[in-house]
Amino acid sequence: MLRGLVNKIIPFSSVDGPGNRTAIFLQGCNFNCLYCHNPETINLCNNCGTCTKVCPTQCLTMENGIVHWDKEKCIECDNCLKACKNCSCPRTTYMTVEEVIKAIENTRPFISGITLSGGECMLQKEFVIELFEEVKKLGLTAFIDSNGSIPFYGDDRLMKAIDAVMLDVKSYDKEEHKMLTGQDNEIVFKNMEYLASINKLYEIRTVIVPDILNNEKNVDSISKRLSELNPSIKYKLIKYRPIGVRTEIIKSSMPSEDMMEKLKSIAIKNGCKDVIVV
Amino acid sequence: MDDILKIIKDTSLTYEQKVFTLAKAAENSIKPLNIDEETQKYRDNGIICDLFEGNAPYRPRYIVPDYEVFLKNGSKFLDLEPPKNIWEAINSLLILYKHVPSITSFPVYLGNIDTLLDRFVEDEEEAYQAIKLFLLHIDRTITDSFCHANIGPEDTKAGRLILKASRELNVSIPNITLKYSEKTPDDLALDSINTTLITAKPSFANHEMFAGELGDDYAIASCYNGLPIGGGNFTLVRLNMGRLAPMAKDTEDFINNLLPDAVKKMAGYMDERIKFLMEESGYFESSFLVKEGLISVDRFTSMFGMVGLADAVNHLLGAKDQKDRFGYSKEANDLGVRIIEKLEEEVKKHHNPYCKFSDGKFLLHAQVGIDTDKGIAPGCRIPIGEEPEIWDHIRHSALFHKFFPTGIGDIFRFDSTVKRNPQYVLDIMKGAMKVGMRYISFYTSDSDVVRITGYLVKRSDMEKLERGEQVLNGAAVLGLGAVKTQHVLDRKERKDA
Repeated sequence: MLRGLVNKIIPFSSVDGPGNRTAIFLQGCNFNCLYCHNPETINLCNNCGTCTKVCPTQCLTMENGIVHWDKEKCIECDNCLKACKNCSCPRTTYMTVEEVIKAIENTRPFISGITLSGGECMLQKEFVIELFEEVKKLGLTAFIDSNGSIPFYGDDRLMKAIDAVMLDVKSYDKEEHKMLTGQDNEIVFKNMEYLASINKLYEIRTVIVPDILNNEKNVDSISKRLSELNPSIKYKLIKYRPIGVRTEIIKSSMPSEDMMEKLKSIAIKNGCKDVIVV
Repeated sequence: MDDILKIIKDTSLTYEQKVFTLAKAAENSIKPLNIDEETQKYRDNGIICDLFEGNAPYRPRYIVPDYEVFLKNGSKFLDLEPPKNIWEAINSLLILYKHVPSITSFPVYLGNIDTLLDRFVEDEEEAYQAIKLFLLHIDRTITDSFCHANIGPEDTKAGRLILKASRELNVSIPNITLKYSEKTPDDLALDSINTTLITAKPSFANHEMFAGELGDDYAIASCYNGLPIGGGNFTLVRLNMGRLAPMAKDTEDFINNLLPDAVKKMAGYMDERIKFLMEESGYFESSFLVKEGLISVDRFTSMFGMVGLADAVNHLLGAKDQKDRFGYSKEANDLGVRIIEKLEEEVKKHHNPYCKFSDGKFLLHAQVGIDTDKGIAPGCRIPIGEEPEIWDHIRHSALFHKFFPTGIGDIFRFDSTVKRNPQYVLDIMKGAMKVGMRYISFYTSDSDVVRITGYLVKRSDMEKLERGEQVLNGAAVLGLGAVKTQHVLDRKERKDA
């Protein structure tokens, strides 16, 4: 049976799309962004066992070369995440679609829908499709939070299952994007155009990172492109926050309100009608 | 007489508050009610409490006038013609409000003010000016937080203007409820949520639930009390389960012996209060509200209140660990439901000839507590400091809401960032109604107006009072008491989880 590798489920989220949503974070990402604030979602566990040695409640154990996690015993102290040298997390669970649906049963009356996030949830595309097909049957909306590296185009079944996508456009410049994430951004822009053309682009997000990125150029170019596609699509400018990040690989600081307002005014000048700063 | 002199010399009371306090002292200097010894014992140890209604009831506790009758006919007694425009309408209503008594001497119900005023809205700008002055006048003259206005369930121009003015005024009076029906448009519900995230009102009443039990012409008055329009409630006495439980040998003794006895004694005490009001006080023979058809004695009931279910359950089970306590363990929650079912059964056995609206029955009410309650949770609520996650909390509340047609409700405090996503709160509110909640309130951590237990008080007013300064709102002192004894400012802040 098809299973997804789930890092965690946040039953009520006010910041992952419209209304109240259950946000489901899948494990594994093909980007390695310098500013990643949840680097423990990047790689799959390699069963090295380092984490089992720092767990104060012995909820992590090695059995036949595999790290096991006892959810009941876990106190979420995050010692395992701090010790992991592989940007991974031992506290993940392989879940079937049925199991995920059962997990949201209690909160279903209170939510507008589900948002799949990550990691990069599109790396588990088959699971995304099957889960969302069931989610839709419950009358809930199905949203994706994606880095845009996997094509949304050319897959009718996928696009039928998804209501809308919230897309990270991290950098306009190809080289800068590569420096930041380790990957090219060609597909990201193709996705952006495609999703806007079929009215399934809920928002575009750019993280503003002083001293690391050419923020002004990024916002200027991305907002121009967005307003050409559809100026009503939300453009969210996110302040870099040095929380949960690997400070050994990034030296930056939170941008000032002035800087954010200046960037916002650039996007508005370029025609974007719905620009927000968070 | 020392007490009287103390009231006269108290500089923290406004002149008006002094007069009310002196009137209460005068009322309490006589003891015309017949109270038997066993009932008095229950009263003395706080198991039965009449919530300061006074020794000689000379007006019903809550009066819920039919303001439509007033708008249609004007008033002979007040010498007012039916109003012809919005200025006349608000002026007439403001005059009438000064003549609608209650236990606090202030009106606890102001009408479905959106539908009352909507017919007079012609020029929206002018109507907004009138409505804002109307609400300002209410806050400054009906200086008591138990004063309650209703809006909805339909969308009206006046309703929107009331919400807009409430956001701008940001005051604690009046309390406002949106009667929320499945037919209420999302747009109005969202406007209401945007308002409550700024100024802690309106709250949301489950219209289908209230209308199903009390009829379409019901009102939400005082804290969150469902009552018939054109009538009201004679008396509200409460049974403190948290105090009663320690007297029981065990759970079975509590349910089978103590509870039925306390219900019987309390019902008898309520009878005695109603009898005095109806047969001695002369209220219904003399009030112009009765003579002019704004209230009718046939549309009155009485509210049988209770508090401290959580404390009773935890005591009976000896539950110490959170996982075993009320709000968490199935055993504790099931026992809570069993106790309330038994309470309902016992209360239904009683007949009072004057409660004609409810066929001689008293109706259950989950009382929100008084400022001096210590270690007693309001109604069927989970105590502050023990609140579970919001989805479990709402489902838990809903277990009890169906038993309390004259009012029960829960309050949730949000992190102020939810203002960016009011749809989030709308989803939660709708879900709460879907799972059977009767009444729900929200506010944010940065709000000056805060919901204490059911009523609203400004944080800044409580701060003034604490410095010994006078405050216009007489309920601020109750709010401050509840902040100190029940830690209402420490209600769990709801964030993404």
